[in-house]
Amino acid sequence: MDAICEPNVHLVEEDGEMILNMGPHHPSTHGVLRMILSMDSEVIRCLSADLGYLHRGIEKIGESIPWQGFMPYTDRVDYLGAMFVNHGYAMAVERLLGVEVPPRAEYLRVVADELNRIASHIICIGSVTMDLGAYTPFLHGIREREKINDIIEEWCGARLTYNYMRIGGVSFDLTPGLKIKILEFLDGFEVFVQEFNNLISFNEIFIKRCAGVGTITPEDAVGYGLIGPNLRASGVDFDVRRDHPYGVYPELDFDVCVGRGIKGEVGDVYDRFWLRIEEMLQSVRLIRQAIERMPMGPIMGKVPKKIKPEKGASAHSRVEGARGDLFTYVMSNGTVNPHRIHIRTGSFNAFSIVEKLAPGMMIADLVALFASLDIIAPETDR
Amino acid sequence: MEAARLIDRLRDSFPDAVIESDVEAIDPYVKVAPATLTDVAAFLRDDPEMSFDFLMAVTGMDLMGLEEGVDDLRVEYHFYSYKHRHTIVIRVDLPREGPVVPSLAGLYPTADWNEREAWDLLGIRFDGHPDLRRILLPEEWEGHPLRKDWKEGPTALGFETTRGSFLDLIRDSKQL
Repeated sequence: MDAICEPNVHLVEEDGEMILNMGPHHPSTHGVLRMILSMDSEVIRCLSADLGYLHRGIEKIGESIPWQGFMPYTDRVDYLGAMFVNHGYAMAVERLLGVEVPPRAEYLRVVADELNRIASHIICIGSVTMDLGAYTPFLHGIREREKINDIIEEWCGARLTYNYMRIGGVSFDLTPGLKIKILEFLDGFEVFVQEFNNLISFNEIFIKRCAGVGTITPEDAVGYGLIGPNLRASGVDFDVRRDHPYGVYPELDFDVCVGRGIKGEVGDVYDRFWLRIEEMLQSVRLIRQAIERMPMGPIMGKVPKKIKPEKGASAHSRVEGARGDLFTYVMSNGTVNPHRIHIRTGSFNAFSIVEKLAPGMMIADLVALFASLDIIAPETDR
Repeated sequence: MEAARLIDRLRDSFPDAVIESDVEAIDPYVKVAPATLTDVAAFLRDDPEMSFDFLMAVTGMDLMGLEEGVDDLRVEYHFYSYKHRHTIVIRVDLPREGPVVPSLAGLYPTADWNEREAWDLLGIRFDGHPDLRRILLPEEWEGHPLRKDWKEGPTALGFETTRGSFLDLIRDSKQL
């Protein structure tokens, strides 16, 4: 085992076993992650995950700055789904303070969240195809995502690290011009999904690479704490937006997509890929409804200038992020700074199941599995 | 089931384990004795009326500075049931010197990595954990940074942790 700890070693043991380093700078790791593989020719014998390359101590930073000041740091937890971490943190502190969020702000949050979900899922499905050798669909996806980035930039001034939500509301209202832009984008987006599907989703070679690979059973998915699309693809019908509702989601109409094993088995790579495409279309529905029903009114609730929750009080919140049920825990010590902030993210749990699934897999299938789990390195490491 | 009924049922089954409970709190919680944690968790998972199949989070924290004379460490477990859609929060308070709590990795596979994170950042030992190593920080890191009395040293892993002023850097480079 000593050799495993040494970086960049390719060792061939006596029985033909080879130790192979995948990462930290491997193109398919989508960030800085490292997997140490023990290989028997192309077949993986065991996998040991090494993470923490992007650990920035965000939870520790949170303990030394005021409650409101932590919001920009939540963006950095997950650069593809910053809106959800914003939302989760804002909701946790709102629960702690008992602050009411005005209805217009709740609708704006839905629009922002769902736009961000589309942007994040595009990257995921794009990178699944890219890792399997098809570069074109990824670029088509990036083109659509760019439009979302432009919309959100016009909305709140940032393209990735939005810092859009506030404790008690949101920072900027939606202008009428922007509303039209979003609706125009949605019309074009449905065409894009059709195009994308024709390009790659129904491609025979792509389906053969994905169907029946990396199957996760519902028991494993629940036991290992998989959440969000990864959990639903395994056939567990659970969505925080519907089953543990927050905001105005109970008033909106949408379907929860569950893996059905359309090309292989329930819970395989193709199911996780396909579920995200279906979810993007549900997000389109949600945004249309939210924009239509959005009431007029203030966008910020009554929040004290200096936030000082009761000493020792704690609260948690759950938000359906792009990578699933995002858990945020906050605890107060009665001062303007939080006592403890804990964010449990989807990628962290999703990565832990790779160690179990990898033995017996081909190395090329591991790439497909890893991409389909949508693991984002900064989110695992925080 | 509502939180109050869940807590009552837990107390009926384990009268000695429950130290304290609060149903009025924002997140109703039960504080149990560390030694009984495995039994409590097994009951929560297997009892048909409880069936908490999802361990949402393992949150370690340092209570130093919260109350006068209290410097314990705490682990909070958030359980959720996909079947019944209810939540319960279990708290375990541990002494600062030698904080040891039974591991739940045998019951919930997700506890494995989450407990490693709590060990890494807070130095809480999980008894019976299959592989209790650091997970986010490097193996050679000293101390557990989320403890309130942790101080950053002048160097970490061979690098200086403070940086001189930017102007000094420019001055130095001109001299070269």
